[in-house]
Amino acid sequence: MILKTMSSGLVIQTVSKTFPSPTGPVRAVDNVSLTIQPNEFFTLLGPSGCGKTTLLRMIAGLDIPTSGSILLDNQDIAPLPAYQRPVNTVFQSYALFPHMTVTDNIAFGMKMQGKPKTEIDKAVKEALALVRLDDKGERMPAQLSGGQQQRVALARALVNHPKILLLDESLSALDYKLRKEMQIELKRLQRETGITFIFVTHDQDEALSMSDRIAVMEKGNVAQIGTPQEIYDRPATRFVADFIGICNFVKASSLGLNDNCDIGFRPEDASFTVGRGMGKGNIRHINYRGAVTHYIIELEGGETITLSEDDPQNVEVNDAVSLVIPPERLIRCTA
Amino acid sequence: MHGVRNAAPWLLSPFLMIMGVFFAAPLLLVVGYSFMTAHYPGGVEFPLTLDAYVKIFYDTDFDGNKVFDPSFLLICWKSLKLAGLCTILCLRAGFPMAYFMATRPPQQRNLWMMLVTIPFWTNLLIRTYSWILILRDEGLVNNILMSTGITSSPITLMCSDFAVGLGLLYSYLPFMVLPIYANLERMDWRLVEAASDLYATRWQTLRKVTIPLTMPGILAGSILVFIPSIGSFLAPQLLGCGQQMMLGNKIENLFGQGGDWPFGSAASVALMIIVMIGLMIMSRRGGIKELV
Repeated sequence: MILKTMSSGLVIQTVSKTFPSPTGPVRAVDNVSLTIQPNEFFTLLGPSGCGKTTLLRMIAGLDIPTSGSILLDNQDIAPLPAYQRPVNTVFQSYALFPHMTVTDNIAFGMKMQGKPKTEIDKAVKEALALVRLDDKGERMPAQLSGGQQQRVALARALVNHPKILLLDESLSALDYKLRKEMQIELKRLQRETGITFIFVTHDQDEALSMSDRIAVMEKGNVAQIGTPQEIYDRPATRFVADFIGICNFVKASSLGLNDNCDIGFRPEDASFTVGRGMGKGNIRHINYRGAVTHYIIELEGGETITLSEDDPQNVEVNDAVSLVIPPERLIRCTA
Repeated sequence: MHGVRNAAPWLLSPFLMIMGVFFAAPLLLVVGYSFMTAHYPGGVEFPLTLDAYVKIFYDTDFDGNKVFDPSFLLICWKSLKLAGLCTILCLRAGFPMAYFMATRPPQQRNLWMMLVTIPFWTNLLIRTYSWILILRDEGLVNNILMSTGITSSPITLMCSDFAVGLGLLYSYLPFMVLPIYANLERMDWRLVEAASDLYATRWQTLRKVTIPLTMPGILAGSILVFIPSIGSFLAPQLLGCGQQMMLGNKIENLFGQGGDWPFGSAASVALMIIVMIGLMIMSRRGGIKELV
């Protein structure tokens, strides 16, 4: 593919960002260190206010870190203003220039860099083809649908061959079906261009299905970094386990285990039997969901858990059951 | 449905009446007067004639011959020049002011707004007089210049194009600042971030994004400054000492001492035409800039 770019790793070293506020300084990003590999699809995942967007803006140069350094190709880019960084952003609001055509929007970055006109024309055409908007070049942004505007914003960033593409909650304004399409589209673009993508989202499904690696953030800190599978199967903290997917947490004693911390397990990892098992309880509710069936079970200690089974089981509400959980699927969190 | 539709003319009638009494009637009167014969030392009479418009270009000498007389046209030119210059200077000074105000934290903006509108609390006549106190030979500027030894004798500042221009700039600057500020305050500043993310320096961002998006405010401000300044009466009268005559003074003179109401009306029509041409040029330039 023509847009293929050699990309290099990004190293974030002990970066902090403090914002002033009427109630005293707020530490939005607290001493974060992480390394993002070349050509990686890396996701910053967390609830709103966890500092993921601030971290992204510091990589883009729109916010300046209070302390720490950001190395790209072994060069510290933290002191550089946004317009000198080989990094482009797809904004949550798209931020397309309303007074310019789609073509002029996409050409903007190259024009500002003083690239020759023939080169710009060629690149803009390719970028339009890449996001499948070949015939929309002369439209104004307001004449496009949300999904089309989204793709223009993507083309406007990708046309510059950035070393890193930053995506700030870029899919959240789209409806469900379009979002699913764009997820596949983004993966395709990342493969074809070979550019490092750093994606910010609060949507765990999005993060799991698209990322090579995920950093889960909580209150300005990185709670865990790993592949989607590592994070789902072996969450490092209770926060991560709760945030990614559904996780039941019960006292160890409720499962007949000798431990004083809480034990977690995923609804699909556990099953139940009318015979002997790890903990006893009664079925309180059966929730048929098509592909799976959810069973809400109240344990003897009063805790309520959810199990999911692929096939409906031959049980009824109020039946007494016992849990069966493979020991290796139990989650013992450090925090 | 029917009732609502029938009510429309009634609901419109106050507006139409105000437009008629305050806008259409005076305008028609002025245009009508300009085609009548002068009745010295004031008033008009029949028959209808084009004499007043002839006077814009020609003077009548002792023998009753018409000779080309550029004095009125020169006044028009000077008014156009001063008003144009005033508009450009107001824009140069007003845009940064508005930009500064719009980029303050929200709670500070109202304070700046109030500071800009403080001059309106005092009558323009009094404020223009106070410029005389600043600019005259024994005034503030010359006092400072002489007491610090920069000059030994006073520099004549009054009664010049400079003094008139300064007076105009001072009088109409808020009319430029406020519409631009209103526009900038509404602007989506994320677009400025997007521009800087796309390799635009601050200067490029200003030229390619901020100014084009502020064009409606710039246009409104320019119109609000240009129209009153071209017909301005006080600044040329007081700061120009009546020697630096602009169209407003000429018209006042024709209706007053000159006693030639038809010529005065024709001069007013000429002023309107100049304003219209000026507006057309401005809106065209604005339109082109928006596309760049």
